[in-house]
Amino acid sequence: MSMFDLAAVPPVTIAPGSLANVSRRFVLKGIVASGALVVGTGLAPHRALAGWATGADKMPGGTVYDPHVFVAIDPSGEVTILAARSEMGTGVRTSLPMVVADEMEADWSRVHVVQAPGDDKKYGNQNTDGSRSTRHFVQPMRQCGAAMRMMLERAAAVRWGIDPAQVRAENHVVVSLVSGERIGYGELAAAASALPTPPVGELKLKDPKDFRYIGTGTIPIVDLHDITTGHAGYGIDAKIPGMKFAVVARPPVVGGKLVSYDASEALKVPGVERVVEVQGWPWPHKFYPMGGVAVVARNTGSAIKGREKLRIQWEDGSNAGYDSAAYRKQLEATARQPGLVVREDGDAEAALKSAARVISAEYYIPHLAHASMEPPSATVHVAGGKCVAYAATQDAGGCRDDLAAMLKLPAADVTVYTPLLGGAFGRKSAYDFVLEAALVSQAVGAPIKLTWTREDDIRHDFYHVVSVERIDAGVDSGGKVLAWRHRSVAPTIFASFVKGADHESPVELGMGFIDNPFHIANLRCENGKAEAHTRLGWFRSVSNIPHAFAVQSMVGEIAAALGRDPKDMLLELIGPDRIVDPRQSAGVKDYWNYGDPPETYPIDTARLKRVAERAAQAAGWGKTLPKGEGLGIAAHRSFLSYVATVVHAKVDEHGRLSVPAVYTSIDCGFHINPERIRSQLEGAAVMGLALTKHSRITFKRGRVEQDNFDGFVVTRIDEAPLNVHVDIVPADWTVPAAGVGEPGMPPFAPALCNAIFTATGKRIRSLPIGDQLAI
Amino acid sequence: MITLQLNGEQHTYDGDPSVPLLWVLRDEFGLTGTKFGCGEGLCGACTVHLAGAAVRSCQIAAGDAAGKPIVTIEGLDPHGDHIVQRAWRETNAPQCGYCHAGQIMQAAALLAAHPKPTEAEVFATMAGNICRCGCYQRIAEAIHLAATGA
Ligand code: FES
Ligand code: FES
Repeated sequence: MSMFDLAAVPPVTIAPGSLANVSRRFVLKGIVASGALVVGTGLAPHRALAGWATGADKMPGGTVYDPHVFVAIDPSGEVTILAARSEMGTGVRTSLPMVVADEMEADWSRVHVVQAPGDDKKYGNQNTDGSRSTRHFVQPMRQCGAAMRMMLERAAAVRWGIDPAQVRAENHVVVSLVSGERIGYGELAAAASALPTPPVGELKLKDPKDFRYIGTGTIPIVDLHDITTGHAGYGIDAKIPGMKFAVVARPPVVGGKLVSYDASEALKVPGVERVVEVQGWPWPHKFYPMGGVAVVARNTGSAIKGREKLRIQWEDGSNAGYDSAAYRKQLEATARQPGLVVREDGDAEAALKSAARVISAEYYIPHLAHASMEPPSATVHVAGGKCVAYAATQDAGGCRDDLAAMLKLPAADVTVYTPLLGGAFGRKSAYDFVLEAALVSQAVGAPIKLTWTREDDIRHDFYHVVSVERIDAGVDSGGKVLAWRHRSVAPTIFASFVKGADHESPVELGMGFIDNPFHIANLRCENGKAEAHTRLGWFRSVSNIPHAFAVQSMVGEIAAALGRDPKDMLLELIGPDRIVDPRQSAGVKDYWNYGDPPETYPIDTARLKRVAERAAQAAGWGKTLPKGEGLGIAAHRSFLSYVATVVHAKVDEHGRLSVPAVYTSIDCGFHINPERIRSQLEGAAVMGLALTKHSRITFKRGRVEQDNFDGFVVTRIDEAPLNVHVDIVPADWTVPAAGVGEPGMPPFAPALCNAIFTATGKRIRSLPIGDQLAI
Repeated sequence: MITLQLNGEQHTYDGDPSVPLLWVLRDEFGLTGTKFGCGEGLCGACTVHLAGAAVRSCQIAAGDAAGKPIVTIEGLDPHGDHIVQRAWRETNAPQCGYCHAGQIMQAAALLAAHPKPTEAEVFATMAGNICRCGCYQRIAEAIHLAATGA
């Protein structure tokens, strides 16, 4: 009996004569091969009920806890657990199966993790975005493990003819409390698999003090060995026998299209086999391809050489005038005018007029590219009314549905496997590259591995939004902040889906803007109009980046203007311990709390204050530093977690910036793997430094001006923060789990710029810093 | 037709010899441990050892690598237990892991040439390898660990 529907996986073999060591991820081993017992099939899917309410069940597919779906035990006792969320570096492929293993009392050394194909209905939602994996799935996965444990215990009880209350599962065996007899999980697998899944109401979760793995931080990621030996299979490494290799030439301007092309020179390039047109969808394309010309060859290198020889005529379309310098001026002009009021407490206009002093500043952050080290890539075979895709996508379920719709196939005939993602950061939530590969495969009648070159990736990304934020703060004669008017002007990601969308959506407004936690009587948020002229997407922590940069920089500016300590100023603005509920404020419509109920995840200022205090304490806030060095602080709630960061910055006599140390404190509630939380926050400091110091995407004549790591500059080891101290606020099961992958990002840039101000007296308001510190 | 010495074995390639070695390794021979990151010598993801030196396989024509010993991440150690690989695991260095084959090949070459590298040598050598996930703190730690034989 096959498991997990993996029998549908095409046999993956290597072309004759090659010496490839096929990645384990593409080979079915273990249970399937050995004919292991499936833990049942054909039962109605069991929906998971939550201990704390989340928004998980509003996502397509919701949540599933059924061990018949996620767990298999073979007769020798080897356990296989499915991971259904995409692994892009957060460690989720280890963490969630580890939760199942812990709850079912499995011995982790006998657990194998297999990646589930895309099927939201069967596995629950798979859109690995929004820092949701742990907070939406830790409960269903605990229930899954608990259900499996109870089924094993019940099977043992039947075998011994005793009451299930008289047996106990313990580290891969079930023990009889009557006789002391023990039976291994392998022996019980067949009987346990025949049992129905216990309903949630019957499940008994482990006492957290009995966790073996959860919370210990001692379990390395399951792919660690394979990663260090080159055997880990990423999306770009997938192999389908007989596959050809393709690259695509795409319109240089978003919304442009192909007029004509001449492939005669390209076809003369050795190794090039076919040149085909790729269908494009009208702007906004959503996740559909923008169209172009594909060159298909015996290897990717030949395809790239062939593409260089294409002669193509494009029509540029309506975005041909997109110019970043001009656009910035437009955004600034808009930010100097009143915008749509999206939150109003008190009367900020009047309070500003009567303020003893008004402190004003404008902040700018350009477009950014994700630039994951693995560029978009997919290997797809469309044949015989079926489609099989290996795709490095964050959203296997959505990808499958869109492939089915585009190819006009039933979803059941479309299979999407998600190998490891070589980084994603939001880019791979969009799966345009998978759809492109499917179109090329269909056109040439062969399996196709489509690779985006780095130039393709940098020029055709779903970019982070460019933004201008303006804040005017009114202070009374006693130095108290009475008024705060924040105008945010940025195109909306939704313009990539809905033609003409020109204001931030509730999702963007909810990311550190209208959810401002400050204790200010007159607080007004306005959103100005901004049209999008390129594809926009989710970039790790999304609109929190510009919003937090402005808000947390402004705190530093006010402190400087009033001669106050910046940390004290921050704590004063956060104000007394309380719950902030933006729904109580005038002007707030459709408040978005990261898709989760504010009742479970309120804005709790005590928690925000606590991380700020902990980070400051870890950094030795107040200590004397040499000339040219300084500490800066920022604290921000995003993805329902609270993060404060203190950056120690150093600017030498030549204006060269370095970051000797970073102190970050995160309160993400209940957590599974502290070791991976630390690595996420270490990484956020590196990526935060890149966007603060170097990175930008600019447009001229509608075209992106950067195309590789020479123009789009990211952090390298010689300037990276190598002393990132991460403090994780302890939290037990009573504190709902929150996000980790993204929340480390927003505080970094303002903390660094606040530190630079302390070190040099220079206030950075426009990112990247570039040569602004040059002397 | 050229002959490549890949991880101690001879293999022939009958395609265009001007194609970068990277694509021949990956697409013709299935040695996908070597990664594509930029194609321009800017990121180090494609690092292999050619005649003992760390090189960017995206910058070398397959024909120019013919006849010289080529070692990829798959061939660095028969059991994957090169000291650098062990140090990498010891420090839990990878996040997504994609850049690490290149990082490890570069670090192994560095330590072969300078068993006790200074910080400046580590930076100068490893600055060619980008990790977008930001594992540098652990990479520095792993290299230190490997160099001190711990
Ligand atoms: S792919 Fe060769 S250096 Fe980046
Ligand atoms: S671990 Fe992801 S790029 Fe280095």
